[in-house]
Amino acid sequence: MSSQALPPRSGSLAETGNLRRRQRASQIGRFALMAATLFAVVALGILLWYIVQRGWGWLSWGLLMNPPSRKPERAGLSIAISGTLWIISLTLLVAFPMGVASAIYLEEYAPKNRWTRMLQINISNLAGVPSVVYGLLGLGIFVQWMGLGRVVLSGALTMALLSLPVIIISSQEALRAVPPSLREAAYGVGATRWQVTASHVLPAAIPGIMTGVILAVSRAIGETAPLLVVGAAGFLTSKPSGFTDSYTTIPIQLYNWMSRPQAGFRDLAAAGIIVLLALLISMNLIAIVVRQHYSSKTRW
Amino acid sequence: MTRVEQRAFMARDSATTGETRKDSVPFFRPGESNVDPSLLRRQHLTERTAGIVLLACATVSVLTTIGIVVVLLAQAVKFFSDVPVREFLTGTTWTALFPKQQQWGVLPLVSATIVVTILSMLIAVPLGLMSALYLSEYASPRMRAVLKPLLELLAGIPTIIYGFFALTFITPDILKRIWPQTSVYNVLAASIAVGVMIIPLIASLSEDSIRSVPRSMREGAYALGATKLEVSSRIIVPAALSGIVASFILAASRAVGETMIVALAAGSKPAMVTNPLEPGETMTSYIVQVISGDAQRGSTIYYSLFAVGLLLFVMTLALNIFSHWFVRRFREEYE
Repeated sequence: MSSQALPPRSGSLAETGNLRRRQRASQIGRFALMAATLFAVVALGILLWYIVQRGWGWLSWGLLMNPPSRKPERAGLSIAISGTLWIISLTLLVAFPMGVASAIYLEEYAPKNRWTRMLQINISNLAGVPSVVYGLLGLGIFVQWMGLGRVVLSGALTMALLSLPVIIISSQEALRAVPPSLREAAYGVGATRWQVTASHVLPAAIPGIMTGVILAVSRAIGETAPLLVVGAAGFLTSKPSGFTDSYTTIPIQLYNWMSRPQAGFRDLAAAGIIVLLALLISMNLIAIVVRQHYSSKTRW
Repeated sequence: MTRVEQRAFMARDSATTGETRKDSVPFFRPGESNVDPSLLRRQHLTERTAGIVLLACATVSVLTTIGIVVVLLAQAVKFFSDVPVREFLTGTTWTALFPKQQQWGVLPLVSATIVVTILSMLIAVPLGLMSALYLSEYASPRMRAVLKPLLELLAGIPTIIYGFFALTFITPDILKRIWPQTSVYNVLAASIAVGVMIIPLIASLSEDSIRSVPRSMREGAYALGATKLEVSSRIIVPAALSGIVASFILAASRAVGETMIVALAAGSKPAMVTNPLEPGETMTSYIVQVISGDAQRGSTIYYSLFAVGLLLFVMTLALNIFSHWFVRRFREEYE
């Protein structure tokens, strides 16, 4: 510094042109970054506005109650809604206990060794596998090899495998958020590992786990590609009544409508999207309420 | 131990020490246990069972990976008994649906996939990174509390909705107005939708790594008189670079595997993509197209699904592994 010439002294720092230029650049930067952030928000706004103005007029009870039809005015989502309920409840039944158990194993039980590290890497890689590949897995294993066919059970098992990594990762985060002091206190009074886990760690982590599960399920509700591959029907006129019935789901039905050339079906698809979004948003609200409800109670 | 047992146990303990302890813990004497041995056995059994059941559940994810690899490989091998691997990987004509003159060069599908990935990244990388910087460095807590959930909402929208948006809004209402020659199905509309879809992914992953840059580095720079922009661009971004780049790679992998947007909006014409305003078929949309058309089980077309799926799996896996490796290799450890 000493060898360098200092800038000429003047009344105040702000008077040097360099500083003003830098300040102005910073201000421009602020607006550019804000504009970039708002771009995504505006895109979201346009998307929602477009869907609503296109589909609003087509919303009716018939859309929820009617079976599909070749005429857009009479077509509805009833079969698809019951299919979605079947698939999602079965998926949840399989993936929820299994995902939480895996997370408990990894967080509370697993020794820190290569096998555990491999398990962890494997799970994060599974979370990055495209959903359509899970569809091919389900097609190969459940539909063909086990011979289940294109039925509710094979669809739900495929979806369970797909949501498993997501549930595991979010449950692990919830378990990790439970303070170690809680575990140590329980161990200190002589509880066994399972007692510590089942009666202290798990109850404390349940809100976090539930939020993760709800988000995983709402993602599964919107999944289209894997179910298309394992053979959800595009056009179906009767509701599934068991594990071994054909099924269709809301996104599959919407895809079917979108790929028809008539404008009527596309408007109907927009209305169906409103139904789907309403379902997803209410699930997300439930997740937020669960989180709020419990986080106001827990203090550590 | 039931409540009653516990009481009896405590009572006995206080009797032996000659003191009256009502609510205190039982006195512990080394080498002597008052605990019922059958209870210990039962507890031990519970412990063992729990451990085994939990391990079994955790193993399912390993089995899933093995299942994916085995299923894809086994069926792809059948495909490659009809079509040489070389022809598959280097051919530039893909005419799977012409019954008499099928040619199985996968490059057209790969080219569409790569074009969609690159174009969507051109949108998502700058916007995602800038959003991350804005949210973590510039935005007031109130602004952040509004913007962050909106971005999460964007991430939660099913991709089929983006596909519908690309097909029925982006193409006719935006692209056709700028370039009237745009075809109904085109690669650009799909890429824009994919780009918007992955902005939140890049934004939230980059923000995580930006936030892990210690405060002291920011404060040091501010103390030296740096402006906010200088701190962001010369301190924060270089310090968080490994995580930021990793988020780009993960987003690219997501774009490669994205299915419904391209299936709906990019069309199903398998040709080398030279003009993004024309249709193109990606690997994923080929899978959807064939599966929607009832491929005969056992035909070459049916097995081609798995060969294409295998290539897709390998590409996304390579990207994912690369991204994890990148973080590990280049992470700057602070504190």
